[in-house]
Amino acid sequence: MITRDEFDTIARNGIWKQNTSIAQILGLCPLLAVTTNAVNGIMLSLATILVMALSNVAVASLRNFIPHEIRIPVFILIVAALVTVVDLLFNANLHELYLVLGIFIPLIVTNCIVLARVEAFAAKNPPLQSTLDGVFMGVGMLWTLALLGALRELLGNGTILGGIDMVFPALQPIHVLPESYPGFLLGLLPPGAFILLGCLIAWKNWMDARAAERARLKPPAPVASAGCH
Amino acid sequence: MMFAPAPFLLKDTSVSQVMTQVCLALVPGIAAYAWLVGPAILIQLVVASFAALVAEAALLKLRGKPLAMFLSDGSAVVTAWLIALTFPPLAPWWLVATATVFAIVVAKHLYGGLGQNPFNPAMVAFAVCIVSFPALMAQWPSVGLQLPLVEQLNVIFGLSPRVDALSGATPLDAMKTALKLADGEIDVAHLLANQDLYGNFAGRGWEWVAAGYLLGGLWMWQRGIITWHVPVAFVASLVAISGALWLYQPAHFASPLFHLLSGGAMLGAFFIATDPVSGCTTPRGKLIFGAGAGLLAYVIRVFGGYPDGVAFAVLLMNLCAPLIDYLCQPAIFGMKDKA
Repeated sequence: MITRDEFDTIARNGIWKQNTSIAQILGLCPLLAVTTNAVNGIMLSLATILVMALSNVAVASLRNFIPHEIRIPVFILIVAALVTVVDLLFNANLHELYLVLGIFIPLIVTNCIVLARVEAFAAKNPPLQSTLDGVFMGVGMLWTLALLGALRELLGNGTILGGIDMVFPALQPIHVLPESYPGFLLGLLPPGAFILLGCLIAWKNWMDARAAERARLKPPAPVASAGCH
Repeated sequence: MMFAPAPFLLKDTSVSQVMTQVCLALVPGIAAYAWLVGPAILIQLVVASFAALVAEAALLKLRGKPLAMFLSDGSAVVTAWLIALTFPPLAPWWLVATATVFAIVVAKHLYGGLGQNPFNPAMVAFAVCIVSFPALMAQWPSVGLQLPLVEQLNVIFGLSPRVDALSGATPLDAMKTALKLADGEIDVAHLLANQDLYGNFAGRGWEWVAAGYLLGGLWMWQRGIITWHVPVAFVASLVAISGALWLYQPAHFASPLFHLLSGGAMLGAFFIATDPVSGCTTPRGKLIFGAGAGLLAYVIRVFGGYPDGVAFAVLLMNLCAPLIDYLCQPAIFGMKDKA
């Protein structure tokens, strides 16, 4: 069904190499609007993972029956149907969070990540691979949004996991910084999200450049360095 | 750092010479300020300069640039001084330090360092802080109430609690709020009669700080550090719009003189909008830049929600500066029309 290599490639692409938020820079609208804390980012990502996995498997299964010329409308109809399901699920079970995330759950339909993966991957690959691709792309989005949300709320409020009580009523947000912390409001405003996202992208590029440099130096290292110095 | 010693320059002018003279030109304004509110402003200048130099050194080291050359050019100190002068003098030290570090790190070095920043770093820091800490940025010391040095140090460094009674709005903000609250029942002349808050032309005491900036600005123009275009256009457009509304309804709009000598108008016209990096460089472009900044400053300070509009006006015009310069290229020497 799927080889180890294939699995590794799909996982690595989703989580790091083609990370939706810091490599493909897709879906910036929900990213900016929702990540005012880690919990919102995580919950929106979970909804997106669900939609992506389901729409990828649906499209991959039907890919041989969808006429090429009208594939985009068909994809959108499939995605929209699934988003409606997720939207109703959130409304019924996590109503408070649903009110916070608001329009951004229905808007998953228009999130470029979903359509991009359906068009670029699911329409050309078998169902199992496509499901995994949807899940791992979503996981990539999940950790990025969680990190960005955590940084923003730490900067803006001095808390971690603010709003956790909307998901698990027993838990309370953790105050990392003292109560007297005045709160750097910029972190919670869209410009703060842009600046922090820029820093995350720079961090990824820096990590990649460092890895590339290491890979370049590694194989001939003993001989070449002896000659150079 | 030297500009190319080409024939079109009368003399070699290094960045550090220019920046030193800009700092010197700020001295009359600072002196009036210190006379008005006491040594607090001097403490803020020191805090901001220290933060700016530390941030500048750290970023230069990180970017692998020569430290001594860029640190001594004085541009970081000018940014720091502008921040200290635009913030409330009794603001907590960390607010001024955070603003300065933000200006140097994000607004200057992330864009490529000296000469590369599209926005005036000091104004970016001001905008960030007034959006992030509106309450602290509104605490201006009440005029006529000068705390002794020790008390001012205690307030700035958080050793004694911040007392609301010590602070009030700026004269500009007080005027706007009073007019808005009275809803047409009270007129400007009546408000200006309050001699606790207002002096002969504008805010009591503050008008002399503005006059100090004007003096320094004229000296910079006389020394050839700035050209006349931006300040003249800024002042002219501010006078034009405030004068028009004042003539139309003198009871509801303050006079042009009040607006010129209030808030950051003079500092903005001579020291902020004239920034050679983030502003326009062509003569006609400078006129448009200054006029736009003056107009926007008035609109934002009178009709907007913020105490003063100069910072946002300059930032908005910074955005337009490349386009303005593109459209205002002068004719190439020897050519009849622009090529």
